[in-house]
Amino acid sequence: MASAKTAATAGAAANTLSQTKPPFWRDERVRGIIAQVAVILLLVAAFAFLIYNFLEKQSKASGPAISFDFLTNIAGFQLSFSIIDVTLDSQIGHMILAGMINTLLAAAIAGFFATILGLVVGIARLSKNWLISRIAATYIEIIRNIPLLLQLVFWFGAMIAMLPLVKESVTIGDVIFLNKKGLFLPKPIFEGSIIIFILSVLLAIGLAGVIARWAAKRQIATGQQFPTISANIALIILLPLVTYVIVDPIVWEIPVKGGFNFKGGFTVQPEMTALIIGLSISTSAYIAEIVRAGIVAVSHGQTEASLALGLKQSWTLRLVILPQALRVIIPPLISQYLNVVKNSTLAGFIGYADLFAVIGTSQNQTGRAIECIIILMGFYLAVSLIISSIMNVYNKRAALVER
Amino acid sequence: MKHMKYAVATVALLAGMATAAQAGTLDDVKARGKLLCGVTTGLAGFGAPNDKGEWAGLDIDLCKGIAAAVFGDASKVEYKPLSAEQRFTALQSGEVDVLARNSTWTLSRDSQLALDFVQVNYYDGQGFMVHKDLGVKSALELKGATVCVQEGTTTEKNMGDFDKANGLGFQPVKFKENDQARAAYDEGRCDAYTTDVSGLAGERTALKDPANNIILPEIISKEPLGPVVRHGDNQWGDIVRWTHNATLVAEEKGITQANVDEVKKANAADNPAADAEVQRLLGVTDKMGEGLGLSNDWGYNIIKAVGNYGEIFDRNIGPKTPIGLERGLNALWNKGGLQYSPPVR
Ligand SMILES: N[C@@H](CCC(=O)N[C@@H](CS)C(=O)NCC(=O)O)C(=O)O
Repeated sequence: MASAKTAATAGAAANTLSQTKPPFWRDERVRGIIAQVAVILLLVAAFAFLIYNFLEKQSKASGPAISFDFLTNIAGFQLSFSIIDVTLDSQIGHMILAGMINTLLAAAIAGFFATILGLVVGIARLSKNWLISRIAATYIEIIRNIPLLLQLVFWFGAMIAMLPLVKESVTIGDVIFLNKKGLFLPKPIFEGSIIIFILSVLLAIGLAGVIARWAAKRQIATGQQFPTISANIALIILLPLVTYVIVDPIVWEIPVKGGFNFKGGFTVQPEMTALIIGLSISTSAYIAEIVRAGIVAVSHGQTEASLALGLKQSWTLRLVILPQALRVIIPPLISQYLNVVKNSTLAGFIGYADLFAVIGTSQNQTGRAIECIIILMGFYLAVSLIISSIMNVYNKRAALVER
Repeated sequence: MKHMKYAVATVALLAGMATAAQAGTLDDVKARGKLLCGVTTGLAGFGAPNDKGEWAGLDIDLCKGIAAAVFGDASKVEYKPLSAEQRFTALQSGEVDVLARNSTWTLSRDSQLALDFVQVNYYDGQGFMVHKDLGVKSALELKGATVCVQEGTTTEKNMGDFDKANGLGFQPVKFKENDQARAAYDEGRCDAYTTDVSGLAGERTALKDPANNIILPEIISKEPLGPVVRHGDNQWGDIVRWTHNATLVAEEKGITQANVDEVKKANAADNPAADAEVQRLLGVTDKMGEGLGLSNDWGYNIIKAVGNYGEIFDRNIGPKTPIGLERGLNALWNKGGLQYSPPVR
């Protein structure tokens, strides 16, 4: 009885406690909000000051006011590389657009390879085989401790030093050529029948989906397994291949030796290759660590349970560990993708025409520093926001897997 | 990272804080006790560390001359290496007091960048360099050639103009820094390398096999190279301008680093046969330093420290150096060149 009474008093005491609120500055939540509001106000004030100051100076200065008209001026310079057609008569805006595309292209390819390489190295780092895990660890340590610019310059230097001179080009069957100026590949020119070919690819993918679903259903119903992956790979390769041979939808433009360079065909320049190699490798070291952290974060009990159920080691990794690890991996992975885009601004040092380089030239030719910086910041901000929102959506879905 | 610094400087400019320190460069320099001189990251003959690790070159001697004029001591200089792209922002934002970095005087740079080109210490033009074994004798034969070039230079657009005028269809490969541009050319990534002819001569000495590279005869532009200061500080501009001029007058009058003391003695104030301009230049009479905000022996100090223009030229880039440039346009006006100083009067 006595104990019940004390409990009741304690309850009452707690009640009164919660009724007499502490002064607001003691409330952690209120304090947090106040601090945040203060910081935001300060930031807004700082920006307002900067912008006011700038406009004030602009109005007094004799220099031209901010205007983006220069984007329609004729550039008069060329780019080292561009996917879209650029000539000496292109407008500056067009050049900048080409630079944006170059940045996105290099970053996307580098991000792709960095992910694969990072996954492999991260898993290797956890290997029970001492040698493999040491090699992976050494790779990570070395790469992470060398400044990226140095790595890029190294790859570029090594590449142009090692590739053969133009007159000593290496060739495969006189259709593919490799030399210091790049890798010259046949360029596909599509015929009308390409439609049929595309349809056959889509059909193969569709069929593969049907097979996968059927196999899964059958496995659930009967426990029998079907070699889905091998069957589907065979399907996706064979069907389009047969169609290709029948309809012949592509004519290849073969590069031929001109005066100084190969003409025609499609060129992969050493600058771009070095950039992609450098970015992929440096980023992969970070991704490897992220992957390792993600896998380690999945409790070992999961592995044991999975092995106890009789799943193979590789299945355990693919079906049990990785899906759970993804939850830990994705958020830091997002920032690595953002880093790839940002780091690609070093491209100009090794001769690749990324946005930063093109903006540099445009600014130099037009004197429009502020406009150019605005375009630059706007672009990188937009790309960052887009990447992080896409990845966030994916992250939400991956996070739901948790039960 | 360098390009970050450049971005930050531009933002600082946007914030309008950069041009705060406009007037009074001389006072800043004096208070600091040394001159901040913006130079190249390394161009042999014009501005590059020599084998003792000390900066040397035609542009470096200009920095030294300014320091000698201000402090009477040519060693009071801090050199700030700047790439082509960084240089003007660095000057605008006050990171350096003066740019002595083979920079071409153009209308747009003079007017839009809020900078002043005060003199021309090397008259130049753009050219092309190729590997000898390419068998090319003229730039007009470079149809479809790959050409290495440095970003942030006048070079880029000149090359476009020349390309368009002659229908050459160059394939440029552009680099932010000349180290990479030169290496790419050297390795054979590019058929040709283009920049100011003086730059080509300097860069050639840094190649693996300088003798296997020739500079083609075509000069495709005018590149008057000279020191640059910020707009709005005329006194400082005067000091830089007259530092170069003093070396020209000295050459004209036959005053050298070696004989300057003798000449000064021979032209003492009480000597009726003395050369009046020499007397003014060396601070014997007329207090010419006052108008510049300097001591009256400013001219003497410059010549004592770096010698006359002819000496500077011969020492750094002349025919006896590996750079091997002739005086050409840079001979004195009375020897068929363009180097001409207004009178010291
Ligand atoms: N005179 C031209 C070109 C000057 C220039 O930057 N030339 C290059 C190539 S020779 C150079 O000096 N680079 C050295 C460096 O970036 O430090 C200009 O003012 O734009």
